[in-house]
Amino acid sequence: MKLLELNHVEKSFGDLCVLKDISMSVEEGEIVSIIGPSGSGKSTLLRCATMLETMDSGEVIYLGRKAAWTGQDGRAVYAGKKELKEIQSQYGLVFQNFNLFPHFSVLKNITDAPLHVQKRDKESVYREARELLKKMGLEDKEDAYPYQLSGGQCQRVAIARALALNPKILFFDEPTSALDPELTGEVLKVIKSLADLHIAMVIVTHEMAFAKDISDRVIFMAGGVIVEEGTPQQVFASDNERTQSFLGRYGTIL
Amino acid sequence: MGKMTIQQMIMQLAGGMGTSIQIFVVTLLFSLPLGLVIAFGRMSKNRLIQTIVKFYISVMRGTPLMLQLMVVYFGPYYLFRVKVGSGYRLWATFIGFVINYAAYFAEIYRSGIQSMPVGQYEAAQILGYNKFQTFFKIILPQVIKRILPSITNEVITLVKDTSLAFTLSVAEMFSIAKALAASQTNMIPFVAAGLFYYIFNLLVAVGMEWIEKKMNYYR
Repeated sequence: MKLLELNHVEKSFGDLCVLKDISMSVEEGEIVSIIGPSGSGKSTLLRCATMLETMDSGEVIYLGRKAAWTGQDGRAVYAGKKELKEIQSQYGLVFQNFNLFPHFSVLKNITDAPLHVQKRDKESVYREARELLKKMGLEDKEDAYPYQLSGGQCQRVAIARALALNPKILFFDEPTSALDPELTGEVLKVIKSLADLHIAMVIVTHEMAFAKDISDRVIFMAGGVIVEEGTPQQVFASDNERTQSFLGRYGTIL
Repeated sequence: MGKMTIQQMIMQLAGGMGTSIQIFVVTLLFSLPLGLVIAFGRMSKNRLIQTIVKFYISVMRGTPLMLQLMVVYFGPYYLFRVKVGSGYRLWATFIGFVINYAAYFAEIYRSGIQSMPVGQYEAAQILGYNKFQTFFKIILPQVIKRILPSITNEVITLVKDTSLAFTLSVAEMFSIAKALAASQTNMIPFVAAGLFYYIFNLLVAVGMEWIEKKMNYYR
């Protein structure tokens, strides 16, 4: 079964049409990168898929369960509160600017939702959180507060926080765009290390080398449509004029 | 009343001090939570609630507290011919202070809540927190830290405003000081009252600073 299906998603902000009839899907364990110029609708697509933004029309389906569909009047209809809540527990999102809770310690940032949203057992939540911190290379930071951490460390905590809820699919919205090249490296390394967790990942990124290296599939978006989609090799070697003009420089460097 | 010693005067003033402190404590205890409720009304999507609350806040901020106290005290009789006993004086003071201060606190809460970055709400939503948890666990603690300096200002004003209860002949610090000064033809009660308000506010400032420091564990 497909983990996520987006069908004919449309979204406008006023007169500006940001997403035009977008359809895509994600298989279990698959890593998909979405690349494209700024303003092409990548982040909006992610925000529609995670229900932070309400789309105008289209379908969002997680594991066969419909979160939203197009009603008879052509407007998007969303599922009930309870159904949405259950569907929501299938996915996580890592933000560009982390959005950690500044008043919670690192450990509490990670454990609070598993404890108070999922109501899981305290002992296992803390054990898993510490394992995650170790995986992120932050085992000595559990009592620190976000303001005491570097941007790269914050983003790694945010990734641990998302993983602590055991999502089946994890979205990354430009996870390194707020970081300098050095910190970008450490965050990308961590994301790469997640590949063996077999969580599906959808990554909106401007890091082309990273996208080429990590993805099973690359989606190239421009002007609110999916221009091209395929394996990294296919997309990065594409003849498509629009893809070429965006990737041109990367193609010669890589 | 005959001549009193300084000690006797201080004893009398001490009784008024108790009443002043009582007005202070009751006002904070009720106006701080009520202010939060009013702030919600002010930010309500329901236009009717929003308009009513907006009007209420503008009246509370736009008219003298002294006048409001009189309306609360005399209103029941003048408007509805309800007979109120003299015991109602203190109650009217409490009610007047609470509804006045709640309006100011509501605007402070609102400024704090609206200054919160939307990312905090989005992160909470993605992590599955419900609206109640999001507000009380994630948003409110950060709002309180942000608005603490403005709250301190209001609390200090409140200490001095308790003297307005004299308009309803409530025997708080200021009323007693005024009566004593007149009967004893003496400045000492005024000096003592001044000292009382000053020291009270000094303690308030120290206390609020302590709370601010306590909340400095994060930025």
